[in-house]
Amino acid sequence: MQPYSDRVMDHFRNPRNVGEIENPSGTGRAGNPVCGDIMELYVKVEDGIITDAKFKTFGCGAAIATSSMVTEMVKGKTIDEALKISNRAVAEALDGLPPIKMHCSVLAEEALKSAVEDYLGKSEGNRALKKRGGVNGDKEN
Amino acid sequence: MRRVYLDHAATTPADIKVVEAMLPYFTDHFGNPMSIHSFGQEGKAAIEEARKKAAGLIGAEPEEIIFTSGGTESDNLALKGVSFAGKDTKNHIITSVIEHHAVLEPCRYLERHGFQVSYLRVDGDGLVDPDDVTKAITDKTALISIMHANNEIGTIEPIAGIGKIARERGIYFHTDAVQTAGHLPIDVNKLNVDLLSASAHKLYGPKGVGILYVRKGTRILPLMHGGDQERGRRASTHNVPGIVGLGKAADLASEKMGEEMEKLTSLRDKLIEGILDRIGHSRLNGHPTERLPNNVNISIEYIEGESMVLNLDMEGIACSTGSACTSSNLQPSHVLAATGLSPETAHSSLRFTLGRDTKEEDIEYVLEVLPRVVKNLRMMSPLYKEV
Repeated sequence: MQPYSDRVMDHFRNPRNVGEIENPSGTGRAGNPVCGDIMELYVKVEDGIITDAKFKTFGCGAAIATSSMVTEMVKGKTIDEALKISNRAVAEALDGLPPIKMHCSVLAEEALKSAVEDYLGKSEGNRALKKRGGVNGDKEN
Repeated sequence: MRRVYLDHAATTPADIKVVEAMLPYFTDHFGNPMSIHSFGQEGKAAIEEARKKAAGLIGAEPEEIIFTSGGTESDNLALKGVSFAGKDTKNHIITSVIEHHAVLEPCRYLERHGFQVSYLRVDGDGLVDPDDVTKAITDKTALISIMHANNEIGTIEPIAGIGKIARERGIYFHTDAVQTAGHLPIDVNKLNVDLLSASAHKLYGPKGVGILYVRKGTRILPLMHGGDQERGRRASTHNVPGIVGLGKAADLASEKMGEEMEKLTSLRDKLIEGILDRIGHSRLNGHPTERLPNNVNISIEYIEGESMVLNLDMEGIACSTGSACTSSNLQPSHVLAATGLSPETAHSSLRFTLGRDTKEEDIEYVLEVLPRVVKNLRMMSPLYKEV
């Protein structure tokens, strides 16, 4: 089969940002057991900037490398910038993927989007609660 | 770094004696066996000698051997050649869901050309039930094709019993013996087979050459037209060096088989026990005893096969996986799925296939490296924490 690029192998051998974030601002998940790849991605957001990202992945070499790369790419980005990271950008940053492995970059994009959306959902929920006097307002009432 | 090759089911290195036997047939004895002159006759003598050796390996007569380009061609020739030859009266084929794609794809091709195919299921160990064969037979059944041993999980099928059923009903019986020829004793008469496929490069011979055994009297049409080679059953100039190599490999295999089976079985069991002992949440795939002497197929839960293969490769160990994240549909191995494994467990499979040069130290090296690789990958796995 077509071999992986040196950069893919580098991220596979030494994956960056493996693990979980305690109390993450957002958590995302993509993939399913049938296709053999499951990614979990955690982000920490401070003042609208993604300050940290970590992942856990069950999957092939490409799945691990794309997870590692997408967590590197997203750090320091705003929410809007993060949502614009495409699977192609992830694949390109890895000097390309074998055609049959492009779906791994799609999973990386999906996992990131799902983490960011989870964060957005939570923060909207928090704002709504605050408006109604919920969250920190309870004791004062 | 230590290099340990444990992927002999994919291919084996050619024995140096095989290569030495082949070399003169590239240069000194380059003649075309179909030529009447002395150059041609040297080639002719060489392939006939190889034919005897190949026949000897499986208890056949030399004239029952057709040289082909390998296992895939032999399977295609058996399936299509027999089906098309009998198509005026019969149009039904019986096979199993765990066959190699070189059998399954010709079956699907034949389905598109008016044939009907019954695909038999297997049990959790990968065994075909001969009773299922009996039940699937109709008065239109022309051919039964069940592999001798499975290339992924190593399960050895009850071929003699299935052959008996076929024989009693006058149905042709083909077996894909690519994983067993030269590795297990084979006698086509005791196994009751009419057609048998084998490949040289799986038994320390060269790539690009194989045989199809066709019992005398079997009706079969050729796939290749354009010459009288192989009694008109396979046109194409003979691959003389390859055929000579196959003959030599067959000879060496007969010589070494008994000793090799014993040695490999013991190393195989050491590797299986070692892995199951050292790695939690691991399981053996395939039959525990009705199993190729060189096959170890295990699933290591919560981590994916290709990531293990790549990590082991970085440590010098070559093996393979049934996690076909490489196939276009991303489905894991059809064989593992057929034995009832969940997709996750099938994606977590590793296959080690031992060979003639495998040493005890190689097994110990795997048992030292693998637990470390598993630990690292499990730390990375989102499934493992859910245990």
